[in-house]
Formats: sequence, structure tokens, C-alpha cells
Amino acid sequence: MLKQILTLFKKDLLLEIRQQYSFYGILLYIGATIFVLFMAVEEPESKVWSGLFWVIQLFICINAVAKSFLQESRGRMLYFYSVASPVAFVLAKLMFNTLLMFVMSLLSLLLFTLFLGNPMQKTLPFIGLVVLGGWSISLVFSFLAAIAARAQQNAAIMAILGFPIIIPQLVLLMRLSNAAFAPLLTIPMSTVLLLIAIDFLIILLAVILFPFLWKD
Amino acid sequence: MPVNSMTEAKNYMHKSWWKVLSIILLFYTVIAGFLSDAAPKDVNFQKSLGETYRNLYFHVCMWFAMMILFTISVVNAIKYLRTFRDKYDIYSRKFAVIGIVFGVLGYATGMIWSSFTWADPNKQVVNAFSSFARDPKLIGAAIALLVYFAYLILRDSIQDMDKRARISSVYNIFAYAILFPAIWILPRILPSLHPGGSDGNPALDPKDSLGSGMRLIFYPAVIGWTLLGIWIATLKIRTSLIKEQKLSK
Repeated sequence: MLKQILTLFKKDLLLEIRQQYSFYGILLYIGATIFVLFMAVEEPESKVWSGLFWVIQLFICINAVAKSFLQESRGRMLYFYSVASPVAFVLAKLMFNTLLMFVMSLLSLLLFTLFLGNPMQKTLPFIGLVVLGGWSISLVFSFLAAIAARAQQNAAIMAILGFPIIIPQLVLLMRLSNAAFAPLLTIPMSTVLLLIAIDFLIILLAVILFPFLWKD
Repeated sequence: MPVNSMTEAKNYMHKSWWKVLSIILLFYTVIAGFLSDAAPKDVNFQKSLGETYRNLYFHVCMWFAMMILFTISVVNAIKYLRTFRDKYDIYSRKFAVIGIVFGVLGYATGMIWSSFTWADPNKQVVNAFSSFARDPKLIGAAIALLVYFAYLILRDSIQDMDKRARISSVYNIFAYAILFPAIWILPRILPSLHPGGSDGNPALDPKDSLGSGMRLIFYPAVIGWTLLGIWIATLKIRTSLIKEQKLSK
């Protein structure tokens, strides 16, 4: 089981390294979006900064994660179906997307601080928060990408399906980042734990529900 | 075939007691709700709500009915994934649609109520809306409605019947499982004008905020509205099952 997950994960990683154009495509997407923001607003105050940051994370995630299931052709899915268990398949995808989003969110944090100023009062906790937020968003949208791929729809339906679901987590994340931007507020650990709990709930749901999507 | 339909008809007659109950309870709700004088004799209560407290028998019941209908929809989605019988998928969709109708009615009654209580009296309600729309209960309700609108769009965008049922059931369960904690979490962390909430209850706790007279009307009203919703949904289910049968012949 673990071996299957690792093999599938390695396969995704290898594909990403071989076909670098898509990886660079997302990088360019991040760069271009943040540059447009840089042109549109100058030195936003911290609340606007965090609002923009999380919305951009959302769009980056949709673009980065959408292809994870959409790129698999019918024939290839059939092949995976015959060699791997659905649980291993979905866990490998979740792992890979987590890694991808981890890189992307740290990179966009770097670009945000370069172009739009640095409102962080507590740098390390906020970096941790960005990683956690990227993880949450990537988990939700990975599963929705699976749904969208099975429904033979494009990435647009992912936004329709996902935005209402992600609102609670975004609200939690924005409140936490406001705490990280204010020098006097402490970051409430209970909220962080709550976010982690929701993430595990999503993984659990994905493991339970994905086998039903997979059969055809 | 005729034998079957006759027994079915008999069955429906036998099961119609709850429809009668629904009508009786709703008549009781409207008559007692508008005529009784059950408001607690609390000065604050009188000052903030006045006679508009009677909206409780309508507004709050809409949300109860919506959540119950959505729950029935999810239960049917789970049943579909366990048995793969088409009828559960149809149940699931129709209950979701009627849940949305009740949610929209809940918003409508809430808007009327808010124009008397929250809105700035110097402004038009439309202009004051954005000042209280950030309320966690309104957000929770909006998420619930958006999720089920998305469910309908997803379901109707797939042509293949089997696939449609499977994928939309999966989304239904996934969304509901995340929606439910969200409705209980958001009120704890966001400031709110809406009654109740700081203790984690999504709206009000009937035990301490209502007088005993109001509870006597409120609980029957919840049951009455919910039964009405289920009744409408069963009618819609029956028409679409007949349609399905005609198509398959």
C-alpha cells in the first residue's frame, strides 16, 4: 500500500520534471498576477495585503491543481485502475499537490513581500500559516479536481464547486494572518488546530469517497 | 401493473396522516402566531423587537426546514452510493431543491425582519444591507445555498445518467460534511448582531431566549413547516418518477 502510494507519487514528480512547461507556466502565472497587483495597488495596508494574498493563493491553487486529474487520459486511468487501489491513487495525488502548493505558496509569499511590502510582524509563524493554508486549499481543490475530471468539465466548475466550501477555512486563515500582522495579538493555537482537524476530515472524506468516483 | 398501482394508492391514503398534521400545525402557527401575546415581558426584548417577534415562527422555521431537507438529501445520496438505485438519486436532488426554496424564503423573511431591527432607520434597507451582511449566520446560510446551487449545476451538467448520479452524490456528501462543521464553527469566531451564537449555537437557543408561551407555538411551527417541505418534495419526486417510467417504456 505504502509502496503503491510512493510509486504513484514518484510518477507524478517525474512527469512534472519531464514536462517542465506546465510547472513554469504556473510560475509565470504567479509572477504575472502579482506584477499586475503591484501595478494596481501600491503598498496596501495589512488587511488588504492578506485579503489579496489569500485570494491569489486560491487562484494559483486552482491552476496548479486542476491539471492533476484532468491530465490523465481515459486510457491511462484505466491502466491505473487495473494496477493500483483507488485509495493509494488519491493519497498519492493529495501528497503531490500538497508538495506543489507548498512550493507555489512560499514562492508567492516571497514575491508578495518583494513587490507589495512586508506587513509581517511575526515572520516565522506567518510562513507556517502560509504552508498550512496552502495545504488546506490544495486538499480541497485536489478532490474537486477529481470530481471535475470525472464530470468531464473544465477548471471553471472547480471554482463554482470549491469557493463556497473553502470560505470557512479562508475566514479562519485571514483571522490568523491578521493576528500575525498585529504586534500585540497572539496567534490562537485552537484555531490552528481546528484548521488541521478540517484538513484531516478532508483527507478522510477523499479516501472514503474517491473509490466511488473512480469506478466507471 | 393495475394491481400494483392500486396497492400503492391505498398505501398513500394510509400514509397521509402527516399531511393533515402539517396543515393543522400550520393553521395553528399562523393563527396563534399572530393572535397570541406570548412575548416575554422583558423591557429589552420589547424595545428591540416589538411586535416583530412573531416573525420567529416563520423565519427560524425556514432555516430548520432547510437544514432538515438538506440532511435528508445527503442521507439519500449515501443510500444511493450503497445501493446504486436511481430512485435515491432522484430523492436526493428533489430534497435539495426544496431545501433551497426554504433557504431563499428564510433569507426573505430575515430581510423583512432586519429592516425593522438591524437596519439604520435613516437609510433604505438596500443600502444598509452590506453593513450587516457580514454576520456569521448570514455567511453560513449563504454557503449552504451556494453549495447546493453548485450541486444542481454539477448534476445537470453531466449527460450520462449513471455517472451523474454517482458524481453528484459524492459532491453532495463531501460538501455537506464540510458545510456542517462550518455552520457550527463560524459563529464562535466572528462577531455577530444575530441573537444567540456566542455559545456556539448557530442561531438562538429556544430554551433560554423564548418564553414558554412562544415555545408552545415555535416547536409545532418547526414541525409543520418541515412536513410541508417534505410533502412538496414527495410530490416532485412522484412526478419525476412517473416521467422516468414513461421514458423507459
